[in-house]
Amino acid sequence: MTRKQRRLTLIAAGGIVLALAAALTLSALRDSITFFASPSELSVNPPPPGKRLRIGGLVKEGSIVREGVLVRFEVTDGAKTVPVRYQGMLPDLFREKQGVVAEGTFEEGVFVARTILAKHDENYMPREVVDALKDKGVWKHNEGEKK
Amino acid sequence: MIAELSHAALAFAFALAAAQAFFSLWGARQGDARLMAVAPAAAFGVLAFTAASFAGLTYLYVTSDFSVANVYANSHSAKPLLYKFTGVWGNHEGSMLLWALVLAIFSALIGAFAGNLPPRLRANVLGVQGLIAAVFVLFILTTSNPFLRLEIAPAQGQGLNPVLQDIGLALHPPLLYLGYVGCSVAFSFAVAALIEGRIDAAWARWVRPWTLAAWLFLTLGIAMGSYWAYYELGWGGYWFWDPVENASLMPWLAATALLHSSLVMEKRDALKIWTVLLALLTFSLSLLGTFLVRSGVLTSVHTFASDPTRGVFILAILVFFVGGSLALFALRVSELKPGGIFAPVSREGALLLNNLFFSAVCATVFVGTLYPLMLESVTGEKISVGAPFFNATVGPLALLLVALMPAGPLLAWKRGDAAGIAQKLAMAAAVALGIAVLVFAAGGAPLYPMIALAIGVFAAAGAITEYVGRIALFRAPLAESFSRARGLPRSSLGTLFAHLGVGLSLIGVAAEGGWSVEKIVAVRPGETVRIADFDLRFRQWAERKGENFRDIAAIFEVRRGGVLAGELAPAKRIFVMRGQQTTEAGIQTFGLGQLYLSIGDPVTGQPVALRAYWKPYVLLIWLGGVVMALGAALSLSDRRLRIGVPRRAAKKRAAAVPAE
Repeated sequence: MTRKQRRLTLIAAGGIVLALAAALTLSALRDSITFFASPSELSVNPPPPGKRLRIGGLVKEGSIVREGVLVRFEVTDGAKTVPVRYQGMLPDLFREKQGVVAEGTFEEGVFVARTILAKHDENYMPREVVDALKDKGVWKHNEGEKK
Repeated sequence: MIAELSHAALAFAFALAAAQAFFSLWGARQGDARLMAVAPAAAFGVLAFTAASFAGLTYLYVTSDFSVANVYANSHSAKPLLYKFTGVWGNHEGSMLLWALVLAIFSALIGAFAGNLPPRLRANVLGVQGLIAAVFVLFILTTSNPFLRLEIAPAQGQGLNPVLQDIGLALHPPLLYLGYVGCSVAFSFAVAALIEGRIDAAWARWVRPWTLAAWLFLTLGIAMGSYWAYYELGWGGYWFWDPVENASLMPWLAATALLHSSLVMEKRDALKIWTVLLALLTFSLSLLGTFLVRSGVLTSVHTFASDPTRGVFILAILVFFVGGSLALFALRVSELKPGGIFAPVSREGALLLNNLFFSAVCATVFVGTLYPLMLESVTGEKISVGAPFFNATVGPLALLLVALMPAGPLLAWKRGDAAGIAQKLAMAAAVALGIAVLVFAAGGAPLYPMIALAIGVFAAAGAITEYVGRIALFRAPLAESFSRARGLPRSSLGTLFAHLGVGLSLIGVAAEGGWSVEKIVAVRPGETVRIADFDLRFRQWAERKGENFRDIAAIFEVRRGGVLAGELAPAKRIFVMRGQQTTEAGIQTFGLGQLYLSIGDPVTGQPVALRAYWKPYVLLIWLGGVVMALGAALSLSDRRLRIGVPRRAAKKRAAAVPAE
């Protein structure tokens, strides 16, 4: 193999690996990302059924109903609420009037959550939720944020 | 008094680090031997003062001095002693102090062990280390001072976040920091080489042990963190593609690439410019990780209370070191002599391919981690990039990489023999295929885990094949194989273990992904749940008291095939002081598999939600990581690294022609 051929082979190998990575990344960015929406945004702009979404807000007071391993509750941002159904184990800091982020899909007007994320400690609020609440003017400074 | 002394010690550490940076870099520039000689002593001084400061903070924690704001916010007098120690770094300020301490340790080690380096290179390396230390200690002093007093000392502290009250906190952050900060050594060496405008194979030999050590700790830190998340969070997952996990994965990927490219540089005097760039990028990614975790721009388990001024300061540090080093690289790269071009099918060709893949995977993780941030700042749209993205991108790339891995060590330098390699690996491929067929015949066979399993087995078998071939096991008499094994350098045993570990981890990941059984049910005392071939009888509720918590545990009798195999007690742990609770999973190991139970909130009179998993071979995921780290340790103990360096270096130095 001449020097030129060697160089070309190496460049080609590099090109192939990088093209593969780029192709995988671009296709995954189209198909595998999840958008975040607050209850108010959902009421203005309802998503197609079956689309994976993240919703976030506060767990509405008095809305938690447990039936065995099935849990129903409502997520609110102060203006609108979304009913959520979830089968499984709730995180330890899942409580009424606390921030929550749920990932899942809408089925007949009910958000069926596959994952529920709550705060990891009492001082911490998911940032998306803070922003959604600020939009609605529900957010009070110092609430949930330390210092 | 202790708080003030510790604060003062930290200020001294800053001053000494600044002096270390200034005198060494200036001395190296002027060629002033006396100025350059200051560097090691200054590095020891920085270590002494940082250690004193850290010891001071530890003392404040152990004695529960709540007049100090940091101790008040993160400790409690009833906390078990272990967590009074580990709580020191269970918060932002303390963890940054630990970061600075680890950096000081590495600088002092360079000062102690780098006596055989050319004085100018050593001065430049220590100068850059001093600069990093000075900037970070300044960051602590100005934005994250752990020694601030409260005007009125409260009688009691607020306690440590219960999730952190675990042995994991004692190990995970220090190991990870040893890894992150260890990467700074390769960075400093790279910057020093760029300042001098010359680089040779000896450089690679000096950097290699430091990178190996950093990689060892990073590997253990990541594996440990993964296992901690697995048992502590009660979700049964071992990797969440959480941005902060990615932040530790990126330097690991870059460091792995660096370890391999520096081999080419050391043996063939090629890939030099690329290796220097990788050394810069590896530590830059560590800094990026620190920025992502500490600035609060990302939502994650690791986000402590965030403060915008800190974010800006850390961003400035990031821009200074990353931007500065890359600018230096751009300025000086033309002065570095590039190495030769080599044959595609050869050991160095394989190592280059390894680097291509690791860079591609690292870039993919980078995009996935930062894309949501970029998109939000540009369009305001909020998205999350989670497991589906990474499984679709990192998955295939990693599988291809691992599938090609066994060929690498079998290839000869300069010119490899592709057909010969295929022949040597036929056995390993047959084993992988055989196991895949057996598993397929046995029933369950989801495609993706199936492929991953086959590749994992192939990689593990291939790693062993290579070693067996080297010692001519079965081909020569046993005694000869034994003496050959003894004659081989430790680093080849290191390669065996590191590559074997990759295979084992992949087998674990495949088994966990493809053959785990999960069940979520509501159970009452007296009822029995069946999962895989286990019968779990919920016997009763039990309450247990700990030092600062009480557990409400559900006691399950575990029967396998009708025989009593153990008792599990998944629990909710209630921390009275903070009114918080955590989930304590009940885990029992059977061979390499684990039975994993966690429960939901107990409500009187109601059945409790039980999540039960049977995860076959799941332990291999972390065991693989430990085996990889063992490989690094063996390689590090290779006597060539310790004894060969100075002699080899002296020869190389005489032969090297300065590019200046």
